Amino acid sequence: MGIEITSPGLSTTVQDRGRTGHYNVGIPQGGSMDQYSAELANMLVGNTGTEAVLECTYMGPAFAVDEPTTLAVTGAPVGVLVNGEERGQWRRLELAAGDSVSFGVIAGGTRFYVAVRGGIDVPEVLGSRSTYVIGAIGGFQGRALKAGDRLPVGRPAAALPSGDSIPEDLRPDFAREQRIRVLMGLYDHRLTEGGRANLLGEAWTLSPVADRMGLRYNGPGVAWKPREQPFGAGSDPSNIVDAGYAVGSIQIPGGTQPIVLHRDAVSGGGYAMVGTVISADMDLLARAAPGTVTHFDEVTMEQALAARAEAPARLEAARAALHG
Amino acid sequence: MADIISPIPGVFYRCPGPGKDPFVQVGDTVAVGQTVGIVEIMKQFTEVQSDVAGVVASFAVEDAGMVNPGDVLVTVTEA
Repeated sequence: MGIEITSPGLSTTVQDRGRTGHYNVGIPQGGSMDQYSAELANMLVGNTGTEAVLECTYMGPAFAVDEPTTLAVTGAPVGVLVNGEERGQWRRLELAAGDSVSFGVIAGGTRFYVAVRGGIDVPEVLGSRSTYVIGAIGGFQGRALKAGDRLPVGRPAAALPSGDSIPEDLRPDFAREQRIRVLMGLYDHRLTEGGRANLLGEAWTLSPVADRMGLRYNGPGVAWKPREQPFGAGSDPSNIVDAGYAVGSIQIPGGTQPIVLHRDAVSGGGYAMVGTVISADMDLLARAAPGTVTHFDEVTMEQALAARAEAPARLEAARAALHG
Repeated sequence: MADIISPIPGVFYRCPGPGKDPFVQVGDTVAVGQTVGIVEIMKQFTEVQSDVAGVVASFAVEDAGMVNPGDVLVTVTEA
């Protein structure tokens, strides 16, 4: 049983919950950029949640199934066409052998997710099926999909839920304006008062330079406190002696365009991390389309931890709605 | 009149590369499947093709302008 890719889309990769535990040797966690949307897709088709899905970026793939297949599409708003007929997102779809699936033009956001019952059954690498394209590991042959690829589908591991769609109030927003919560540090002491005020008080616009590694923003820029650069640091005031990067770190090379590192980013380097996007808002970042007006709001560690603790409640509400 | 839209966000370019001639100019005849421009996103250049035959009437986006999915790039007067 499998899926044959007839057109790959712009960048379609196999992703799951991610490859944690190897960041210390430079392997990023990876996984679905918008974890919440990917989880809901898996939930709709009766998967346990560990199964791999397809992450489609901006322009979707086209594919055919060679057996009856249960499928759901979540994430960025897009038309879902089965044999050319619109069938809708956020609901479970039953396909017959030979059916073909394609997608319209996305109406917002960046990534949408395709889950099939049983999951995309590529081999696990370091405990995950996620594609890490830069490292050429995981997923389907360590790369984005190409026309002609045949993806194996696994066996169902759980029963189908009684519900077949996600209630609208539990679907994420794909707005053109976002508020992203940030814990400042470790290197925010390198910013001037004005630089700090710009980062946290001004609006920043997501540039087209945004992918699984990071998102680059345009805006007023920041200024750094003058200092004599220490031995081992580059000459630019945004440089530091190399250090580990947290997932979600914000660096501002040259002080001009902040870059938020996302799930496929490098694990360390020589740019000052002035703050870190809290884990509860990483999915939100993943939904931002170029041009999204973004405000970075400072929160405390207590607020960040509270937001992390609250995040699973929405997923549980969706599970309850489907199994209700 | 037929509108040719961008399926993706990114930067619209009218030429295949710096210093090269534009794919098409206003008044040019285009065939079905002919490339009218490219959109750059995530270091990938995606060609945008005309889905009709006709004459290029106007460009809705400047060279190197930002586009969103669904934005009109070029309008073609159908033959």
